[in-house]
Amino acid sequence: MGNGTSIGRVRALGSAHSGTHHWLLQRFTAIGNLVLVVWLCISLILLPNLAYEAVHEWLARPVPATAMALLVISTFWHARLGLQVVVEDYVHEPANKFACVAVLNLVAIAGAGFGLFCVVRIALGGAL
Amino acid sequence: MAQAGTGGRNRPLSPHLQIWRWGPAMAVSILHRVSGSGLAVVGLGLLLCWLGALAGGAETYTAFTRQAQTWWGLIILAGVSWSFFNHMASGIRHFVLDIGAGFELVANARWSLLTPLIGILLTVAFWAAMLKL
Repeated sequence: MGNGTSIGRVRALGSAHSGTHHWLLQRFTAIGNLVLVVWLCISLILLPNLAYEAVHEWLARPVPATAMALLVISTFWHARLGLQVVVEDYVHEPANKFACVAVLNLVAIAGAGFGLFCVVRIALGGAL
Repeated sequence: MAQAGTGGRNRPLSPHLQIWRWGPAMAVSILHRVSGSGLAVVGLGLLLCWLGALAGGAETYTAFTRQAQTWWGLIILAGVSWSFFNHMASGIRHFVLDIGAGFELVANARWSLLTPLIGILLTVAFWAAMLKL
């Protein structure tokens, strides 16, 4: 890499001023998604049927509920990082770019919050 | 990247998409981005609808499954599942490229052609298993 000063390279900050932090997080969450979504696909295949009772009883159990909560966190985090790169590539006006990333952050955190709330409600009961 | 102070709209631009001959690596790259963006918007929306319906009780869950069995529901389910398996296959390809492997021309073109095919095959296998075919 020819970018930046030598001290900048030592600190691994580079031309993006944040080093490889974003890139690495994209990979870490990708590994999480790979494990968790494959788990979800296999679990759906192995369920006796997809009616309410069977699916609710399964997802209320401790390990599936924990895995689903982790899946929500990992996928929303990964989606937020990925869409940020798409915004940075296609939205050129700095103010519009800032607005898009701000909206993206709010929607991603709101979505993950709602997903986690649903998992908690399924696991801990209520609304039956 | 814009340069400050040049004031020139007539500065030459570097060549963009239209002058390159399309190859498999370009196709698999844009498919990765399209399927990833689709998953982020439609896939996660579907996940939240499903979890929300399940948390809401038997009535809302039945309303969800009724929508899922309509023709538009099936198109969304098929599209999201294909997007996932395509994004997974090309994502694993990215992990291989990240360690510095697979850049030789022949190997790169071969895996660029194979990853979308693997994505389609996994989608078909998933639905065959789901529908107990």
